[in-house]
Amino acid sequence: MSLIDKLVDYLRGPEKKTAAVAKERLQIILAHERAGRGSVAPEYLPALQEELLQVIAKYIHIDRDKIKVQLEKHGEYDVLELNVTLPEHQRPQ
Amino acid sequence: MARVIVVTSGKGGVGKTTTSASFSSGLALRGHKTVVIDFDVGLRNLDLIMGCERRVVFDIVNVINGEAALSRALIKDKHCDNLFVLPASQTRDKDALRLEGVEKIIDELKETFEYIVCDSPAGIEHGAFSAMYFADEALVVTNPEVSSVRDSDRILGILAAKSKRAVDGLDPVKEHLLVTRYNPGRVAAGEMLSVEDIQEILRIPLLGVIPESESVLQASNAGTPAIHVDKSDVADAYKDVVARFMGEPVPMRFVTAEKVGFFKRLFGGR
Repeated sequence: MSLIDKLVDYLRGPEKKTAAVAKERLQIILAHERAGRGSVAPEYLPALQEELLQVIAKYIHIDRDKIKVQLEKHGEYDVLELNVTLPEHQRPQ
Repeated sequence: MARVIVVTSGKGGVGKTTTSASFSSGLALRGHKTVVIDFDVGLRNLDLIMGCERRVVFDIVNVINGEAALSRALIKDKHCDNLFVLPASQTRDKDALRLEGVEKIIDELKETFEYIVCDSPAGIEHGAFSAMYFADEALVVTNPEVSSVRDSDRILGILAAKSKRAVDGLDPVKEHLLVTRYNPGRVAAGEMLSVEDIQEILRIPLLGVIPESESVLQASNAGTPAIHVDKSDVADAYKDVVARFMGEPVPMRFVTAEKVGFFKRLFGGR
């Protein structure tokens, strides 16, 4: 790097070095990829979702796409998450 | 007891074959009976790097298919008495490497050799899988560059989940990080991931650092593993790697930039 380059750099002020950017990007994407690894959705999940849906539909009028069944990994535990968005004025049948 | 070591990386062009050639040569130079196997069926190159391309008659697929005895397919290295090369097939496809066939070859090699070095192809397909499946230890070759680090992480995940040791519930594959094509000057300038950064991200023990060097190309031009190139930093770095692998406490070298003189700094060198 020549003297002039150094001067230009100095005048530009501190800028985030690309190596630091690379490290940060890697840490984020790998945390994401590692979380998804090894927790393949079990085969029973679609059937479970269907049955839960039927049970809920017995009591509440609800769109099928308002019910979500998901398996997530939180640290060492697998968490089965059932998410039901209730209609605003739901009323027992 | 023979050890099976896979040289792997996920990403291509990071230095797997260069490392396989120099690492196996280094083991042989220390007097250990060593064989290095090219698993890159269809794109064999270890023979070129080792300088034995004109002596290939039979290959690993011939042995698996029973067309040649293992002893006839092994090529004695021209630099080391204790080193043999088992070339990959150039004409078949990677599916020719059936796991049972590979296992039979590795079991037979274990009777004669102390170290069996498996040079993995790039990717995570069948060829790479058969190279790593029987491994006791893994050299994960990584460049200080985002795509290489990410692919190495993926390979580590596969080693931990799908290798024979993982499937059989044995002790896990022993992982070693080998950072290659390292440029300490660019690291100091904040332009390249440091060895500490890579270690922090991949979280496996560091076996060594191989500096970026012109002598690697010169060595491959000549068909001589880089470890044999006199007075080159790469050769010294690979010798250190082998020493550390054997358990010797060798301090890391080639990780800090050379001091640049006042005039060079002022007027700019190359």
